[in-house]
Amino acid sequence: MPPDVEKSNHDPKNGLAVTVRNLTRRFGDFVAVENISFDVKKGEIFGFLGANGAGKTTTIRMLTGLLEPSSGEGQVGGFDINRDYEKIKTRIGYMSQKFSLYDDLKVGENLYFFGGIYGLKRDAIKTRMEELDRSLNLLEMENKKTLSLPLGFKQRLALACAILHKPPILFLDEPTGGVDPIARRYFWDLISTLAGQGTTVFVTTHYMDEAEYCHRLSIMYKGQIVEIDSPSAIKKKYNSISIEDIFIRLVDR
Amino acid sequence: MINSRILPLVRKEFIHIRRDPRSLIILFLMPLLMMFIFGYAINMDLKHIRIAICDLNKTPASRDLIETLRMSPYFNIVTYYNSPSKTESLFKNRLVRAAIIIPSSFDKTHVQSRFASIGVITDGTDANSATLVQNYLYGLFMEKSLSSATNGTPVSVKSRILYNPDMTSSHFIVPGLVALLLIMIGALLTSATITREKETGTMEQILVSPIRPYEVIVGKAIPYLVLSFSIAIFILFFGHIWFKVPMLGAWGYLLIFCIFYVFTALAIGLLISTVVNTQQVAMMMSLVMTMLPSVMLSGFIFPVASMPKPLQVVSQIIPATHFLKIIRGIMLKGNGPMEIWPSVAAMSAVGLFFILLAVKRFKLKLK
Repeated sequence: MPPDVEKSNHDPKNGLAVTVRNLTRRFGDFVAVENISFDVKKGEIFGFLGANGAGKTTTIRMLTGLLEPSSGEGQVGGFDINRDYEKIKTRIGYMSQKFSLYDDLKVGENLYFFGGIYGLKRDAIKTRMEELDRSLNLLEMENKKTLSLPLGFKQRLALACAILHKPPILFLDEPTGGVDPIARRYFWDLISTLAGQGTTVFVTTHYMDEAEYCHRLSIMYKGQIVEIDSPSAIKKKYNSISIEDIFIRLVDR
Repeated sequence: MINSRILPLVRKEFIHIRRDPRSLIILFLMPLLMMFIFGYAINMDLKHIRIAICDLNKTPASRDLIETLRMSPYFNIVTYYNSPSKTESLFKNRLVRAAIIIPSSFDKTHVQSRFASIGVITDGTDANSATLVQNYLYGLFMEKSLSSATNGTPVSVKSRILYNPDMTSSHFIVPGLVALLLIMIGALLTSATITREKETGTMEQILVSPIRPYEVIVGKAIPYLVLSFSIAIFILFFGHIWFKVPMLGAWGYLLIFCIFYVFTALAIGLLISTVVNTQQVAMMMSLVMTMLPSVMLSGFIFPVASMPKPLQVVSQIIPATHFLKIIRGIMLKGNGPMEIWPSVAAMSAVGLFFILLAVKRFKLKLK
């Protein structure tokens, strides 16, 4: 059940990084996202859980300015998603399911490119790369072609490309797809660190165990939000220790 | 004022181009190959046309006629035969393209009246060359008859063909090939690169950044403009130096108009990329939409004037139609801007139309 509609303020300083009200997206007759509403607090790790095709990616695409909502309202970083979607882009980072890296470019070249299109100068990017190197360990592979890298490495590279410009809000669409458990764990450590530094992280996933890493969780099914709360509250509510079981129960009814 | 966001885009494209040497080789070698094929193998010049002669007269008059044919570089007398009934078998076995039958009364009619008839039978299966063969023979006989009609002072009718006096078909074909190749390559390159980014998801990643649509377009256009233009220069110089296509006009003008033509090609590629989603379909569509119209309807080989009216109208919106007039005009006739401005205006209008349409669709597709 979605929470009560909060009094949303257009000023991002009210502590909300993302607000969504009655967001809907149709593709012809098919309703991909139906009337969803939620808030994401600043510095929160907000998880969007759901099966493939539930509407998670469509939601992210509406919030990042890639897709126009059919109806509904929303704000990201204080900017309206219907009117000011261009301004939203300056305040967000995005990492897609496909990792969206150029395979024929070297690691360093990918970083310089993605930093460059955010308007960062080359030395600023270099500095940033060195900053991130401690946690992401990318510099040692700087001259390797992206194609030859293992998936876990590509994942960290894609994350780096998304945060070069230090965005306050990060959107990650299934960032751990196909990656081994150790790399997945490491990745979530990185996300926690980022959130600890004040970055708001909006994450979609279909791995139920990753739900534990989120401050708050929303479960999506067939375009609708069927549950939204912190993982512990959800577990208490359904009297279960496994989000996976809860999810299966919710979608079965 | 180079926008600081366009520069990384341009840099990246050049890296892509550099890292794909196989494609580069194909891009430069394929035109070369096509030039050789079109320039040599598809040769519309007729020389050493194989003919057979059946002389039923066997007099000095007829032998004189035969000698004229023998001396002509256009004809190659393959065989002499005695019985007209054998004519058909000569064609059936493809030994000759034309057979000339000199009737037994030739010398008498030749001397007594102004008209002497000679039988000329041509192989019509290749309609184009059959007409040419007939005309060559006709021309030769006309010359011959005129020169012997007035005693002593032969009147020679010399018809000159202006601009390409040898009717060297490579001079005609090669500029056409430049027009064809440039539009094909330009459209192919752009549509392929944009759809590839759509496929891999990197286009989405670019669009999520504050970058504006025009920056994406310019960032893609500049490197491929440079690449297409390099290929254009390569083809032009090769055609000029190897095939000896003359250059009577100014290189400067030609190259400037080339740039605009290439722009149009890139716009067509951009347009195609807004309609398709995979690289393969993009490439096929690029080939079909540029090659077919440019070969069939632009005046590349078949004259526009001999097409049915509706197709003539269609040919006006094909960029190659106008560029062909420009490039042939500059290279073969030495045209300057004064003479070809209608074609330049038309090409600019068509080009602008495609560019605006492509940009509009690209922007539309983003939301």
